[in-house]
Amino acid sequence: MTAGRPKISVQDLAVSYGRVQALKGLSIDILENEILTIIGPSNSGKTSFLRCLNRMIDLDLQARVNGSIRLGETDIRRGLTPEDLRKRVGMIFALPIPLPLSIRDNITYGPRMSGLRDKAGLERIVEESLRAAYVWDEIKDRLEQPALKLSGGQQQRLCIARTLALDPEVILFDEPTSGLDPISTAKVEEAMRELRKTRTIVLVTNNTKQAARVGIRTAFFLMGEMVELGPTEDIFTAPRDQRTEDYVVGRFG
Amino acid sequence: MRNEGLKEKMGFGVLFLATLVVVVPVLSIVVLILVKGWGALSWKFLFTMPLDGMRAGGIFPAIVGTFYLVLVSIAFSLPIGVMAAIYLSEYARDNALTRTINLAIINLAGVSSVVYGLFGLSLFVVFLKFGVSIVAGALTLGIMTLPVIITSTREALRAVPQSYREVSRSLGASRWQTVRHTVLPRALPGILTGAILSVGRVAGETAPILFTVAAFYLPKLPTSLSDQAMALPYHLYVITTQIPGIPEGYRYGTALVLIGLVLVMNIAASVLRSKYRKKR
Repeated sequence: MTAGRPKISVQDLAVSYGRVQALKGLSIDILENEILTIIGPSNSGKTSFLRCLNRMIDLDLQARVNGSIRLGETDIRRGLTPEDLRKRVGMIFALPIPLPLSIRDNITYGPRMSGLRDKAGLERIVEESLRAAYVWDEIKDRLEQPALKLSGGQQQRLCIARTLALDPEVILFDEPTSGLDPISTAKVEEAMRELRKTRTIVLVTNNTKQAARVGIRTAFFLMGEMVELGPTEDIFTAPRDQRTEDYVVGRFG
Repeated sequence: MRNEGLKEKMGFGVLFLATLVVVVPVLSIVVLILVKGWGALSWKFLFTMPLDGMRAGGIFPAIVGTFYLVLVSIAFSLPIGVMAAIYLSEYARDNALTRTINLAIINLAGVSSVVYGLFGLSLFVVFLKFGVSIVAGALTLGIMTLPVIITSTREALRAVPQSYREVSRSLGASRWQTVRHTVLPRALPGILTGAILSVGRVAGETAPILFTVAAFYLPKLPTSLSDQAMALPYHLYVITTQIPGIPEGYRYGTALVLIGLVLVMNIAASVLRSKYRKKR
């Protein structure tokens, strides 16, 4: 499957925390229906980059952001409120964080906050998003139970379902499987591949093998710069930059 | 080796003695009040007006007065304190102004209660012309408990994991929606704990009500918030030191009722709190 037009265009994006420069001006187009994986050692700016895309970085009062990001044709800083942006660009965190509510209320949290009250509609959203996150069959009989009672793997898929409940165009995954066992990881990856058909996915991962498995394109970040960007296969088999090669074969990182 | 064992025993012995020193007075106060006050308790004592210059009859108006003071002052200080705490912990940035406010709150908690009484007298009774009244006394008590409520609410809000706020915001919830639907429900038990502490303080304080509301002898129930009222702690002070020939049981009975009233309100609030805990 080939990826389409640019979904998100990033121009000269720079982020700093006080005197520390986390991203040093990078430009990239994220294409429609692709899975862009971002690899790189810690402190390479991967997560800062991701958090710029849905303006979650605004929550960090230390962070200074420069440059422009467009979602489709809209500048995300001028044309959208952060709330509307985050409904269109969802995020999955490294650790599954169910809210201390029932499974059902977790899923409907986003839609309810956007003002959806229609019971049948919410019910449909619950089923559809849990199905899409490959967790419906396991938990459909206990939707009233606290979400915190689920296993780690189920919790992370619940979190994916919760994000899907808002029907986002783009989903940002921030090391979503770092705390999961291999089987749960496989299920999350399967969900990502399926979601890609209708959405755009950006995946930050510390696990280079995961990037090789699911990425359509892969970007290698190092110390706030994008060293290399290309089709995933090329990055892993024929990297152009020596630093990329050193990282993917495991010489550092 | 044996020496170490001996040291250990002596160490624990000292710690145990210290604990005993703490517990003994508390227990003996409770026992003393129970023993000496229990005999005075009767329906007549609890629910009738004082007679014969308070040497006979009951303490009903003082009970009602204290009850009103607690209700009105908490109704005033709980919402304001909680809102201020939410602002300070969820909205305010860390700057000179917030730091000054924080300092003020900490210092307010340390001001002695008689100073609050004087403040209430000059602001509510005299300047705002509320007169010596329930509303003046309740507002004075309310201001006195504000630091307690603000501090405990902030602690409760701070105990809510930051990740819940992040998740809520990432799902497109605004800052206020996040506070309202995610943070506050989690913090509610802690907030109620602060409210419980305040109830005990409001019911028991004498100095703040001395100049603002308390009546020496008023054998009728207050009919509006601008009436004076009797209150248990002040009544206790009056019958203990100001009037000769009061039966001893009356004094201890009054103290027992005061302790009991606070206990009942604490239990009620605890039940409410655990109910909220279970709902999750």
